[in-house]
Amino acid sequence: MNDPSPVNWDQIEAKPAFRSLLSRKAKFIIIATIFFLTYYLSLPVLVGWFPDLMKTPVWGKVNVAYVFALSQFIMAWVVAFIYVRKAATWDKEAAEIIKDHH
Amino acid sequence: MTIALSMFVGFVALTLLITFWAAKKNTGASAYFAAGRSITGWQNGLAVAGDYMSAASFLGISGAICLNGYDGFMYSVGFLVAYITVLLVVAEPLRNAGKYTMADLLAYRLKPRPVRALASLSTLTVSTFYMIAQMVGAGVIIEKLIGASFHTAVIGVGILMLVYVVFGGMLATTWVQIIKAILLMIGAFMLSMLVLKHHGYSLEAFFDSVAAATYAGTEAPKNLLQPGLQYGTAVKGPWGPTDFLSLSLALVLGTAGLPHILVRFYTVPDAKTARSSVVWAMAIIGLFYILTTFFGFGAATILQKAQILSDGKANPNMVAPALAQHLGGELFFAFISAVAFATILAVVAGLTMSASASFAHDFYTNVIHHGKETQPGQEVKVARITAFCVGAVSIGIAIYLGPSVNAAFLVGLAFAVAASANLPVIVLSVFWKRFNTTGAVCGLGIGLLSSIVLILLSKNGPAFLGHPFPLENPGIVSIPLGFLAAYLGAILTARDATAEAQFAELKVRAHTGLGAEKATAH
Repeated sequence: MNDPSPVNWDQIEAKPAFRSLLSRKAKFIIIATIFFLTYYLSLPVLVGWFPDLMKTPVWGKVNVAYVFALSQFIMAWVVAFIYVRKAATWDKEAAEIIKDHH
Repeated sequence: MTIALSMFVGFVALTLLITFWAAKKNTGASAYFAAGRSITGWQNGLAVAGDYMSAASFLGISGAICLNGYDGFMYSVGFLVAYITVLLVVAEPLRNAGKYTMADLLAYRLKPRPVRALASLSTLTVSTFYMIAQMVGAGVIIEKLIGASFHTAVIGVGILMLVYVVFGGMLATTWVQIIKAILLMIGAFMLSMLVLKHHGYSLEAFFDSVAAATYAGTEAPKNLLQPGLQYGTAVKGPWGPTDFLSLSLALVLGTAGLPHILVRFYTVPDAKTARSSVVWAMAIIGLFYILTTFFGFGAATILQKAQILSDGKANPNMVAPALAQHLGGELFFAFISAVAFATILAVVAGLTMSASASFAHDFYTNVIHHGKETQPGQEVKVARITAFCVGAVSIGIAIYLGPSVNAAFLVGLAFAVAASANLPVIVLSVFWKRFNTTGAVCGLGIGLLSSIVLILLSKNGPAFLGHPFPLENPGIVSIPLGFLAAYLGAILTARDATAEAQFAELKVRAHTGLGAEKATAH
């Protein structure tokens, strides 16, 4: 990794297409991270400090706490699905940006 | 017993065959440490799942849910949601900018020697914690299956796992993981179906009896679906909810700092495959953790605590095998035990591989020999010696702790260390231009030190320290400390012109894959 590289990294980094790709990607990652961490951490917070609310039954003996826990799985899959869809378009843009630099 | 034993021997023989087959294909470091970067997306997805669904998941979580109800299910939730962090933040940059280990990414634009030395130390620490959990699980299984003593069992497993690593390398480890992940999914599914069958295939009847679980009529009914049975203030005092939050935080942020999971992304040809392998892993792992509902909660409705005793105490690690024995008879018990054993061997192999790769590649070659391999093959040789040492240390500690420490609890601690020491530095080095070597050293050092010290000061530490720290999991304190130390370390010291200049290169590499390590043809 320390060997001299013929690629001009700064030149690629300065390309408007690369800057734009990166800022959209960063924005998505930040928003998605804030969303999933908030959704996830509200589970232990609600369970810990509002146990009576979480004990409310929803379906038979199944309570809010368990349904909320299950919804975390769905949430994780949905966030992953959206990210993968987005990332596929970013891949194309990235390939376009570096196509003259192989 | 003979059926169980022959299943065992069968599995061990099969994995040894794979190991020797893979040994023939090991030609050089890239083959040994990264399987020649030739693993496909679904294969690596299964292998990630295999690496991840350890003794902690199968034995530990089922035990935690059976004995503590809903609070134990948090492990299942946290273990899956954690993959979002891996997917969004870590997997692709790591694959694009690294070579064999987590430290490759960190050392990219920082001074390699101090960063690699500390990263290697934290890798060894996390792997050892994780390994202890596996050894405890393996000891319990063998003890129950063959009747060998816990000590003998742990030492036997340790020796067996060394054979895999010493001969096999990453390709063999990957294939052992894949086979094991498939077997574990089959086992978990069958066990869940048997639990449902016990309740007349009715979800309503199942949840009704979980809400009034009596451990097969031996105790007063308890609603296991209610949160707070382990961490509620009534049980654990005023710090209970904070401890629960601390555990949750460690679980969700720890995975992205687990060295043995991170190295898996070097075995695939490119970042796109790394991404698809996370998705495969999330599908498999998620399904598995949802199934813990049945064999975790279900166990409390079917088993008596007398069926999971060891040394007179209810042993959480015995719940899954005992449930299999009770519902499916000796043959199914043998199958589940063989699967659990396979699980442990595979995870231990993965852990040993990543720990030894880190020590050999980061510490031996890059710190001691300044990045130059003195003789060809030396790195692989050092890795094998490290594997031996890590194995020996884990065996020693596992025997010291004994059979009834919950494997999931031990892994929860490994997650806390990984999230405190590794994650802050990974995130900041990929996303923050101003980050420098001092920041990395502070983040790794303080994160590692604070998490370990707080574990020692908690109620699980040695008695002479007096247990002053009220939380069992240190995450909620040590993770922010790790981030803060990394940030302050960078901001309070001089800007590093080289690190900032190379940030452009890292960004381009990480986000486009230009110049990434290529797959080697077989």
